[in-house]
Amino acid sequence: MSTVNALLAAAPMTGGGEMSTGESVAFWILGPVALAGGLGMVFARNAVHSALWLVMTMLSLGVLYMVQQAPFLGFTQIIVYTGAIMMLFVFVLMMVGRDASDSVVEVLRGQRLAAAVLGVGLGGLAVAAVAETLSAVGPVGLGPSYGPEARGNVQALGTSIFRDYLLPFELTSALLITAAVGAMVYTFAGQARRKQASQRERVVERLRGPLAGYGSRSGPGVFATADSVATPALLPDGSVAPASLSKIIEATRRERLDADIADVQSDSGPAGEVDARALRGGDDSDVGAGSTHDRLSEGDSEGAR
Amino acid sequence: MNPVPPPGYTQSLIADDPFWLTLIKVLVIFVLLMLITLFMIWFERRVVGRMQQRPGPNWNGPFGLLQSLADGLKLAFKEDIRPVLADKAVFFIAPVLSVVPAFVAWSVIPLGPEVSIFGEQTALQLTDLPVGVLVVLACSSIGVYGIVLAGWASGSPYPLLGSLRSAAQVISYELALGLSIIAVVLYAGSLSTADIVAAQSTGWYVWLLPVSFMIFAVSMVGETNRAPFDLPEAESELVGGFHTEYSSLKFALFFLAEYVNMVTLSAVATTLFLGGWMAPWPLSLIPGVNEGWWPLLWFFGKTLAFLFVYVWLRGTLPRQRYDQFMRLGWKLLIPVSLVWLMLVATLRVLRTELTTGQILVVGGIALVILVGAALLIPDQAPPEEDKEPPVITDYPVPPLDLAVPETPKRRRRAVAGKRDDQQATETVGAGTSGEGDR
Repeated sequence: MSTVNALLAAAPMTGGGEMSTGESVAFWILGPVALAGGLGMVFARNAVHSALWLVMTMLSLGVLYMVQQAPFLGFTQIIVYTGAIMMLFVFVLMMVGRDASDSVVEVLRGQRLAAAVLGVGLGGLAVAAVAETLSAVGPVGLGPSYGPEARGNVQALGTSIFRDYLLPFELTSALLITAAVGAMVYTFAGQARRKQASQRERVVERLRGPLAGYGSRSGPGVFATADSVATPALLPDGSVAPASLSKIIEATRRERLDADIADVQSDSGPAGEVDARALRGGDDSDVGAGSTHDRLSEGDSEGAR
Repeated sequence: MNPVPPPGYTQSLIADDPFWLTLIKVLVIFVLLMLITLFMIWFERRVVGRMQQRPGPNWNGPFGLLQSLADGLKLAFKEDIRPVLADKAVFFIAPVLSVVPAFVAWSVIPLGPEVSIFGEQTALQLTDLPVGVLVVLACSSIGVYGIVLAGWASGSPYPLLGSLRSAAQVISYELALGLSIIAVVLYAGSLSTADIVAAQSTGWYVWLLPVSFMIFAVSMVGETNRAPFDLPEAESELVGGFHTEYSSLKFALFFLAEYVNMVTLSAVATTLFLGGWMAPWPLSLIPGVNEGWWPLLWFFGKTLAFLFVYVWLRGTLPRQRYDQFMRLGWKLLIPVSLVWLMLVATLRVLRTELTTGQILVVGGIALVILVGAALLIPDQAPPEEDKEPPVITDYPVPPLDLAVPETPKRRRRAVAGKRDDQQATETVGAGTSGEGDR
């Protein structure tokens, strides 16, 4: 692989090392654009803007590769890096939310100084390496007449990867696959595989499960002043029907209604003549959302059904 | 038929085009795509209208042909609204990013063979790169940025959901698309579109690689966000999807991009699988039919057939649920195309190393082993019978095993006075069901 990279990196030296006019025009346009993209990526406050600047750099690099007679590398750069990898980045960044910006507060002490020193060092190394390459290494086998069948760069690249360096190439891909599968295994480790309920199971659950006790089910001809699930039903003796109390909804705790019930009972005298409508439930705004009648009928006709 | 040009011939033919010729080609392709878009909008509305038993637009111009022009003008003069929460720069860039790649992809589509334009020998194709097919893939992967950024920059939840869907959708379906192209490239031995067309002069790849063609056809619908895979702009779920907040010319650009993408992928499918500009079979027997300007007719005819299928799908199929759509992509299309690719590659190697007889013998032995292995698999248990769901409601609904009671004797006799006996027994059922029909 390294040979292939070196081969492609040396591409501008085609034809005796002279740059054509078109090539230099392209370079002087795309170079600054790529550089601006890099700077923009570093200095943009918004994460998605950073990603977009990086996309611009990658696109300019891709076009530069194409200009330097490496069209395959150029388009692969665009498809793989811009199309797939950066798209995944943007995908994740969008999930974070569009207002998530970088914090300006420095967390690590002396981090900027260290970063500056190391950055300058890295830059020096890169410049030295490139300078060395330009002066000492001669370009080999570029141009359309290169390759075993003399059919150009793409074919030569294919031959290199799939014939001369097949084993390293396959090993690399095996490594990548292993990494991807490993990441997925880690993601799902510890989560037992839940069986997804079918549509029918979900309907039965809704109608028969813990939610079955309430809902707007007042039939035709029912007169009800409170339809709220927060209003419990009264049994004929004036006590609250236990079946009408929800285990899930917090607003209907039994204790909160004690005063209410006592109030009703004291108002209407004998227990037999309790007016169910006098019970106000937790909140007046809930009145009219469900059927009290339902709760009442459920209490007394449970056995009959 | 004209002799097949050698690989790379078109490339050298186009390479010495003068500048003015390239400019003319660029202009013609641009104008052509704009016109095709206008035509497609009209075509889609007419065809869907016909499928739904109504005339469709028929008021402006002959057959309503100028309807889309009128709509486009109206769209351009509408107010351009930008939401307060929108990210200004990205909101502006997004529509441009989605339109430009759609047009660029057309630069590598071969529209026809060698012709002479103003005395200059050239091919009906803007440029022929040795990696032509990759240009199409690269353009579609850049085009997604337009949709994704549009949703993000709108600063509104529905567009964001639409763009998230779109990102996941295009990444998934681009894999299947790329894998189906690989088989074609394996057989053509070149990534150049002109060479792929030339390689099909002996037979179209749709016959040689039917599985690849089917996978390509399905994933190109997913790639263009068209019904039944139009989840990024599902009207019933996301208002308008990624372009909910867009209006005026910016919206028009998205509209344009969608239609140009459709035309582009149809043209690519034509190039890769239907022999590009070559005439279909009975016509291809006529000499001279694949020369000069005639191939343009065959090319656009085939492309239009694909576009018709797009419209047909939209008029026929309901939108898929998102999880079904993802399952189709990842669990069906990609595995199938991987297996198919292995088969094709194996066959290619065998073809170069063995004779046809040897291949048949080896294939026959493999088939026998496969059938034998299939016999060893135990029979599947018969599926449990689907029982009626239990009645779980308090409403007075009729029992599920309801039998219509017989008509009482006295009434039957009275009815029989007017009609015959058999009709009378049916009146009970007919009385209720007939009500709904009316």
